Order: sequence, then structure tokens, then C-alpha cells
Amino acid sequence: MSKELENKGQTNVQAETTPSNSVTPSPLVAALRREKPDWAGEVIEAFGEVTVIVPRENILEICSYLKTAPSFEFNFLADLCAADRGPEEEPRFEVNYHLFSITKHHRLRLKVLLNDDDPHVQTVTGVWRTANWHERETFDLMGIIFDGHPDLRRILLPDDWEGHALRKDFPLRGYEPYSLT
Amino acid sequence: MSATLPPQFEVIDRPLDTQMTISMGPQHPSTHGVLRLELILDGEMVVKSTPDIGYLHTGMEKLFEYKKYQQGIVITDRMDYLNPLGNNLAYVMAAEKLLGLEIPERAQTIRVLMCELQRIASHLVWLGTHALDIGAMTVFFYAFREREKILNLIEAASGGRLTPSYFRIGGLMMDLPSGFERRVQQFLNDFPEALEEFHTLLSGNRIFQKRTQGIGYISAEDAIDWGLAGPCLRGSGVNIDIRRTNPYTGYEKYDFEVCVEQDGDVWARYMVRMREMKESHKIVVQALSRLQPGPVKADAPKVVLPDREAMKTHMDALIHHFLIVAEGFDVPEGEVYHPIEASKGELGVYMKSNGGPKPARVHFRGPSFVNLSALPQMAEGCMVADIVAIIGSLDIVLGEIDR
Amino acid sequence: MGLEQKIAEVLPDVLTARLDSLINWARKSSLWPATFGLACCAIEMMNATSSRNDLARFGSEVFRASPRQADVMIVSGRVSRKMAPVLRRIYDQMPEPKWVISMGACATSGGVFDNYAIVQGVDKIVPVDVYIPGCPPRPEMLIHAVMMLQDKVSKESVRDRKDVPRDEAREAVPPGTLPAGGISATNEAAAQEEQPRPYTIPSRHERRRSS
Repeated sequence: MSKELENKGQTNVQAETTPSNSVTPSPLVAALRREKPDWAGEVIEAFGEVTVIVPRENILEICSYLKTAPSFEFNFLADLCAADRGPEEEPRFEVNYHLFSITKHHRLRLKVLLNDDDPHVQTVTGVWRTANWHERETFDLMGIIFDGHPDLRRILLPDDWEGHALRKDFPLRGYEPYSLT
Repeated sequence: MSATLPPQFEVIDRPLDTQMTISMGPQHPSTHGVLRLELILDGEMVVKSTPDIGYLHTGMEKLFEYKKYQQGIVITDRMDYLNPLGNNLAYVMAAEKLLGLEIPERAQTIRVLMCELQRIASHLVWLGTHALDIGAMTVFFYAFREREKILNLIEAASGGRLTPSYFRIGGLMMDLPSGFERRVQQFLNDFPEALEEFHTLLSGNRIFQKRTQGIGYISAEDAIDWGLAGPCLRGSGVNIDIRRTNPYTGYEKYDFEVCVEQDGDVWARYMVRMREMKESHKIVVQALSRLQPGPVKADAPKVVLPDREAMKTHMDALIHHFLIVAEGFDVPEGEVYHPIEASKGELGVYMKSNGGPKPARVHFRGPSFVNLSALPQMAEGCMVADIVAIIGSLDIVLGEIDR
Repeated sequence: MGLEQKIAEVLPDVLTARLDSLINWARKSSLWPATFGLACCAIEMMNATSSRNDLARFGSEVFRASPRQADVMIVSGRVSRKMAPVLRRIYDQMPEPKWVISMGACATSGGVFDNYAIVQGVDKIVPVDVYIPGCPPRPEMLIHAVMMLQDKVSKESVRDRKDVPRDEAREAVPPGTLPAGGISATNEAAAQEEQPRPYTIPSRHERRRSS
């Protein structure tokens, strides 16, 4: 994987002038395509990063596999965040899992697309325990419900807050100014 | 002697209810900010601890979506307010990655220099407050005295002590002032002595050792599983430093050692950070020697503000300046995740752009957020006074946790 | 011994002074702040107490962690909606006489953060005596604010401040639910006839320009 490392290192220091949709896929993508071709629904390689769009039902399987498979070994979940594409878009939400491998030093992004009326996805707390707080934050700010989470409640906003603050249809200044009474 | 009690004493056979729930509230001198811990105590021993955060939630991620890319740099200062240049760097580099800009050599060297100075400053605050919580008040004053020197340097370069916003998309705000190298050299000459002073005060101190050794242990597998990064991970024996694994801003050209300790307790994390300060000192020495005259902004007139002189004399520079400030520049569509090694761990920025002048989503992966989630595991079975030591060793900043 | 002899020669044996002067002198010379550092301004507050800009020489020798032992609350940092009731509760727990310094742009008016999460100005929650602009204000500005507060304290009168009357305290509404005016909702009548609270006394720093 040293070529991968050099690739990414170079991209970080002096970025290419155009996002690379390279014809020759990186070794990581090649290994993915070789070993599990039906999962890698869509693989995007841009800005020196690999994004894989995975269907919602397989996310737990994929994460467990990626954590232990010898060619991947993604044992570190760097980040779990969600993005809202806007209330008119279908699918509305995307949940991104940023993975990092402690041993092989490569990175990967998994993306799950969710609809507005059914924002449920399986929790990956069983795979990486750090997902616990990340999923709580995603639930709090975006309203995405993680099935099977041991303790899904609000973490940043007050417990009696109504609404999910980071959605595009939530106004910036909130619904009413603060008053003590 | 026979164990027959006099008749008026009866043996109570049911267990007494000795557990109490205490809120180590948001206003507390030792929680390093507005953090609330719900502790379930059995006497002095902590049975379970649950952090309750959100008392400093500022809605920064929502604010980013309403501000142009350049305006967002100011907000990043207030996130991890002990390491504002690091936050700036992460945000700016993510935007540069999307735009595909090439940063000139001098700007990269200055970025490394300022970031490492900021790392020393952040570790000094950690040292001062950690020692203050454990009881060594002198170290607080000594550390802040050293920190004043660094803040003066940062203020000379950028105008702000705590919220510099020195980096811009495409380079720096402006070049270093004259005489800056001499002042940095002066600081570099004085700093090793100060570091020796801290070691004299703390590292050989039996009280400090007793309060930190064996406390807050976390193993390497658990640390990786809980997502710890930075000194917390390196204190448990895992050799990961983003400056080595995914280098940025030219870090691969510098010669420094990644400090790793094996014990995994508060003492190990303390030693990692002390050694890191020394390594940062080394990097600053190297960066200072590499400074060559040159441009500090990338050659991209649509993105980078022109020089004031050029703006006042040339028409196209004026037009560019006006357009960049009034309308912003369009960033190509896409998403990036850019991690840097902040003083607390892996600070990652996830930036998603829809092609307009404002980002569609900016998410900061704050290292303190993840480090704090491992606190319940570290604090099992320790005493209340040890919780204070553990929080100090995690080096949390609530601005980053609550964003 | 020379100074004491000079004083003994020059001054009479008994000195008289106004009660207000003495009490205000004692109060302003030992204003002990309550630690209420929230965000970045807290770091500047810590810088103001460290050895370079030493706040202790103005009387703020110790920062008391318990609000019951503090005189002045320096609200330094942004106050989020989750924190606002806590702020009010800490303010209520401080005994009279008490003052509030709102440090920084976020505490004064919401600062950079004009959004759903931040209270736009801490004076919506507690009455403020001195406002400090800046983001973050320099430690010297905090020291100047403490000196302004000392000026303000020296113009007060002992007659002005009252503790909450006992019957009002007994039926007090829970802290955090008082209207922003600070007057108990159940004792409006008594409140009407009260003297104006000292924090409306204009000091020479508060000369209003013509609106």
C-alpha cells in the first residue's frame, strides 16, 4: 500500500488542478471490486479520496467485513456525519462513514443515502464503539435514527428541543428568541 | 475474643444503599469548561460516569452554510480556542483541496511554523490547567508566562492573540512582519530552559507521580475502538501521527520524532505531551532555517485577494477584490475529508460543496469530542479526585466538543 | 518606622468619614470573581490572572469556585440556550452585593453567533453592570473593566441595596423562571415602591450621547 500512501501524500501537499476521476483505480478500489463486487455500488474517486456508495441494508455487514479483512483492516472510525441535501431532493440525507486503517494508513469513505420519510439505518456501534457518540450527534442535529443504538438521545441540543437543527428547513435563528420565562 | 455482641447491638444484614448520584456540574473549576458529569459514586469511588455535553453548543456547523468560504475562517477560530491556527489550517486546506490550489513554498513553511508554535501554546495551557487541578499552582503561572511570549508572536503576525484567523484559502493573510525571525529565535533560545523547569517541578515530584501513574488506564485496542487520536492514542502505545501517515503542508520534509509511550495512563499522556513540546521546538527551528523569500499567496486571482498596492493601482485587481469580497468564489462540486494533527488529536474537516460560494455542509470531527467519549471507560473504579486528573489528561476543550 | 511616625504627627487621633465611603472602599478593593469561564474569553480571563497581567493586584485575589462566596460574576464566553438557566441559577445563588461583568462580544450581544443556539446577550438573563467588547478582549481590557466597576461601586450607597425581603424569599419562584426584569412576579406592588436599583446609577463612563 505504499504507492497508495505516496499518492495520497502528494495529493494533500500539492493538489492537482482538476479533481481526478482517474482511469486507473487505486489499489484500494481494485481490492474492493475484486473481493466484493456486488457491494461497491458506485465508487467515486475524487480529490485523492475514495468514496463508496453502499446500500442501506448492507452497511453493518460491510463495516464488519472492512474492519477485519486482511487487505483493508479499517479499524478506526474517524468520523460519522450526515449531510442534508435539501427538502426537495430525493434521497434527502446521506450518512458518511470515514474510515482509517491504523496498520495500513489508508482512508475510505462509505456513503449511505436515505430518504426523507424513512431515515433509518443500522447502528455500527457494535463494530466501532466510537460510533456511539457520533450517531447520537447525527440523530440530534439531523434526525437520522440509528436502529439498535444502545442510548439514542440528544447530546448537544437541550433535551426538550423540538426539531433538528442542522436540517436545511430549520431556520438559522431558530423559531423564537430566548426568554427566561 | 469471642465475637458475641452485646444484646443492644443488632447485626444489620441487608446491604446499605451507599450509592449516590452527583452532578459534577457545568460550572466547576476543574472540568475545563462547561462540562457536566453525572457520577454515580459509592463513597469516594466512581461506579459510573456519564458526560453530559451541549452547554456550549454554538451551532457553528449551521453557520458555515450561511457564510462564504472566506468568512467561515473566522468562525473556526472559536472552535478549539486553544489551537485556533490548527482549526484555520484544517478548514483552509479542505477548501484548497476542493479548489485544487497549489500553495507556495514560503506559505507552507510559515504554516508549519505557526502551527507548531500554536501546538506548544496549546500544550502549555494543558500543562498549566492540568497541574493546577492536581494542585501544583506554580506551574500554571510559569506555563502562562511562556505562553504570553507565543501569543505576542502570533499577535505580531496576525493581529489577534487568541483568534488570529491567519490562514486564508490560498496562503496566508499577509507576510510575516520584519524582525519576526529574530523574535522567534529569541523564544526558541528561552524555551528549552522553561521546559526543563516544568520537568523539575512535576516529573520528579512524587506527589504528581502518585496522582497520575496507574490512573485512567486504557489499552491500545480500546483506544483504537473508541476512536482516540493524538497524545491519548500515542500514550497507549499506538504509533499514529497524521503528520506522518497523511502528511500535509510539507510535513514530510521535517525531521521529528513521534512520541509514543506504552503505559496508557495519565502519566504516559503527560510524558507524550511534554516530549511533543520538545519535538515542536525542533520543528520550529527547522522551519525557521528554511524560510526563503517568496510569495505567500497562491497564484489564483479569482480566489485569493490581491495585494493592497495592486488593488489600488490596477483595475483588474480591484475588480477581483470586489468580486471575491462581495460575491465569493465558486468552489467546484464535491466533498473532501481533510484530517490534520491538531494538538489534541485528529481534527478532520468534512466539506461538501454544491458548486456555489457557500459550502453545503461543513463538519468538524473534533478530537476532544471523541476523546471525551472514552472517559467512562477510563474512569471506572477510580476516585473522584482521579476524575479530575483524567479529564486533565484528555485535554478537552468544550468549544470543540460542542461546536 | 518613619512613615508611621509622620502619620501619627500629622493626622488627628480620631478620623471621621462617610459610612458609604468606607464600605464602598472595602467592597471595591476586594471584588472576588466567581469562576464562570465559558469559552475563549475564559482563556483571556486566565491570562488576566496570570503573572503578566495580574488581576490580583486590583483585589481579585482569588476566583471562588462557589458562587456563595463570590462578589462579581464575570460572564466570559458565549451562553448557549442549554446553559442559560444554569447561569441564572448561579447568579441567584450569589449573595448581595453582587455585580456582573459581561466579557466579550458573545456575552454582550451574541457576538459572531447570531443563530438558534446562542442567547443574544447575557443581559436577557442577568442584569449587567459593565460590558466589555472584543472577541476576545485583551486582558488589559478586562482589568479596565474591573476598574470601571470599582468606580461604579464607589458611587453606590449602602441604603440602595436591599436583600430580598423575607416573605418574598419564602414564596420565591424557582430560579431560572424569573422575568428578565428580576422582580418577583408575586410581589409587584412592593417592587413598584422600591428605590431604583444601583445598577441604574450612571457613572461618568456611561454618559449617554444624544440618542
